[in-house]
Amino acid sequence: MSVIRSLKMNFAVWIKWIFGKKRARIGIYGPPNAGKTTLANRIVRDWSGMETGGISHIPHETRRALRTDGVVINANGSSVELDIVDTPGMATKIDFREFMAYGLEEEEAKRRAKEATEGVIEAIKWLEDLDGILLVMDSTEDPYTQVNVTVVGNMEARKLPLLIVANKMDLPKAAPSRIKAAFPQHPLVTISALEGSNIDDLYAAIARHFG
Amino acid sequence: MDLISAERLESMSSMEKIRLILSKVKRGNIVVLELGLTPEEEVKLIEMTMTEIRLDEFSGIEIESYPVKNESTFINKILGKSGIKTRMTVIGPANQLRTVEKDKYQISTKVSVGD
Repeated sequence: MSVIRSLKMNFAVWIKWIFGKKRARIGIYGPPNAGKTTLANRIVRDWSGMETGGISHIPHETRRALRTDGVVINANGSSVELDIVDTPGMATKIDFREFMAYGLEEEEAKRRAKEATEGVIEAIKWLEDLDGILLVMDSTEDPYTQVNVTVVGNMEARKLPLLIVANKMDLPKAAPSRIKAAFPQHPLVTISALEGSNIDDLYAAIARHFG
Repeated sequence: MDLISAERLESMSSMEKIRLILSKVKRGNIVVLELGLTPEEEVKLIEMTMTEIRLDEFSGIEIESYPVKNESTFINKILGKSGIKTRMTVIGPANQLRTVEKDKYQISTKVSVGD
């Protein structure tokens, strides 16, 4: 009996190997405060019961990439196993004075700025080790930021799958249609990572694009 | 403000372009590239910018361009060429160049002098 089971398992592994990879390393990218860690927490909590990182209204709360391996998502009758990398917010400028506007003391703001610059570099380095990206955008903000343009351009140049997540649909100013108009060539799912709205649509899209 | 021609950019390596841009921007210049940077060069520029940030002196760059055009053709694929067409790009010090509005057809920026 165990021999038959073993043969069946080997056959399944071969089928997966021949017809495509079912495990993928996915990076969650986007500008600061787009809701990347809120989304990472939601995905990991929904499918493995854990949390990845802390969240805050102060930009650059995540200053180190946080990796969670082996998150299995089942949707639309298919299954995909993901290693999820929640990356620090991408930015072209970091000024410690902006953190002081959120009430941080000067020393703490300077330390946060220093760590944030290192975090951006880490996020960039991770681009080389990924199979695909969830690009999280704040639906209430202008989608034509250079961070969005640069990340989309890099994924296109590397020919890697990209799924745009239009987050914060729960807010009154949300306008995901602007994101769709800016990047019409890529699939987009509108969600609220905080409230969980449309999250099943996102899981179906993840299984379809990365599975 | 420095307007750098396509001819000059085409004769430079990626690292030479990035070094040139950063040295000009750190001196307070606004740089306009007739042909922009590739996505890989843009990400390298951001990475190098992060290493150059100094708390009270240089807080980073403002960079604005349009998404690259991918004009990949069958011939390009055979020849191994990417077909990526870069677009005009504006780069300046973050404390002097600020994007006011950007859409599919126009980028509006505000330049402050002597900040």
